[in-house]
Amino acid sequence: MNILVPVKRVVDYTVKVSVKPDGSGVDLAHVKMSMNPFDEIAVEEALRLREAGKAEAVTVVSIGPPAVQETLRSGLALGADRAVHIATDAAAEPLAVAKLLKALVERESPLLVLMGKQAIDDDSNQTGQMLAALLGWGQGTFASKLAIGDGTIEVTREVDGGLQTVELKLPAVATTDLRLNEPRYASLPNIMKAKRKPLEEIAAADFGVDLTPRLKVVTTEPPPARAGGGKVADVAELVAKLKDEARVL
Amino acid sequence: MTTLLIAEHDNRALSPETARALTAAAQLGGEIHVLAAGDGGSDVAEAAARLNGVAKVLHADAPVLAHGLAEPVAALIVSLAAGYEALVAPATSSGKNVMPRVAALLDVMQVSDIIEVLAPTTFKRPIYAGNAIQTVETTDAKRVITVRTAAFAAAGMTAEPAPVETIPGPDDPGLSRFVAQERSGGDRPELASARVVISGGRALGSKEQFDQLILPLADRLEAAIGASRAAVDAGYAPNDWQVGQTGKVVAPELYIACGISGAIQHLAGMKDARVIVAINKDPDAPIFEIADYGLVADIFEALPQLHEALG
Repeated sequence: MNILVPVKRVVDYTVKVSVKPDGSGVDLAHVKMSMNPFDEIAVEEALRLREAGKAEAVTVVSIGPPAVQETLRSGLALGADRAVHIATDAAAEPLAVAKLLKALVERESPLLVLMGKQAIDDDSNQTGQMLAALLGWGQGTFASKLAIGDGTIEVTREVDGGLQTVELKLPAVATTDLRLNEPRYASLPNIMKAKRKPLEEIAAADFGVDLTPRLKVVTTEPPPARAGGGKVADVAELVAKLKDEARVL
Repeated sequence: MTTLLIAEHDNRALSPETARALTAAAQLGGEIHVLAAGDGGSDVAEAAARLNGVAKVLHADAPVLAHGLAEPVAALIVSLAAGYEALVAPATSSGKNVMPRVAALLDVMQVSDIIEVLAPTTFKRPIYAGNAIQTVETTDAKRVITVRTAAFAAAGMTAEPAPVETIPGPDDPGLSRFVAQERSGGDRPELASARVVISGGRALGSKEQFDQLILPLADRLEAAIGASRAAVDAGYAPNDWQVGQTGKVVAPELYIACGISGAIQHLAGMKDARVIVAINKDPDAPIFEIADYGLVADIFEALPQLHEALG
């Protein structure tokens, strides 16, 4: 069984982003970029499945400008076997990304696509579900546990109010939630080794997918500020204020 | 134009998130039908029919719909889609699971997590964990939308219920099978829709102390329990209690943050609460900047005092 892991290059999760004063978007100049944390969890899980003998090879794929090769190299440094760069300068929306990934899946025939539940830049939480839909496969979203069976995969999902476990026929798409695992760090020798691992580049145009955005971004603005900063001296004053002033008790 | 709103429920009761998503759906203009898809669930369909602004309820009742699996539910919605210009669901874990599948099958780019309807095709939605708000206009002929329910008030009830029409369930696509469901939190209110939320952070120090200090207060206040990501990562609280960008986004009447410093990712999940209380011994904790009532105190002293003061 081969596993395909799509990874996205995003602003590092520790960076506090700022909105450009002209409202044209978020300022991405000189900002640290990293692999989307949920995708990192997906890479880790794929590697663990390979290490447990449940999978033969792990391929990472990313879509975007040449800079995404850096993200692919970090996936290879973690332990992925090979990488595919689908090259485009267009900012592809989740639907277009799902279409490109579908085309790649049809070429590569993985039995499992493992990916993050959402990217921490646009927070769409769509691509995995869309890919499963386009392929006609089952989907196990927000996974906190995976177990490979005989032609099946059992996915324990983080849902409102608890956990739901579903069994999917393979091939299938699973998307990762935070508690699935704790990703490893790449060791220096593995970072060196990653430089010699195969990285194939394909032009997005070769897949014949229309990448024209369906959503027009009108403006991007900072969130409204909240006027906080009020203080109380002790618990008695807090309770009194909550009763008499805020009237929430 | 007509909008189909997907009801959120557990086959027994309609979730309050449906009424909130209805408010957003109503702002699109036009008639609203509600789809109650489940197994049994006639109470759900009847409750949806009593929501103010609903013109018709479609009740699909079939064993294949019992557990809300994405594959059959999406197939059902797609089979109904021809009659609708907009398909709307609350951005709950089931809405987030099902709607992108529907959107892709209809070749539509979904608009996720809307917080404001500016025009029938133009919406505001948070990006970067709520650190920026994007206004987007969809160019798709059909709209598929999920609604951040915390941003909309619940629609009211009407004395004259809308008609309920029973429709057949979908064929089982045979891709997925329900295995088990495990609930956490017992009889407490749902975090996403609770009136009061009390949350604990890493300062609680252990799962035992989290339970000892937070649970009795939650019982007293009839509150849902939340946690910071740090507390969840440390194993003090289960993941589905996590409030924040990577967890739940809540907007209760009262939010009490205990021993939470206020990382950006946590603030993104609770800054829309009507009243925010923060109790933390670090006077420089960022949580105080957004709190209406900040108390600089040791939670191990303040929380028992608070419990006592509430009687």
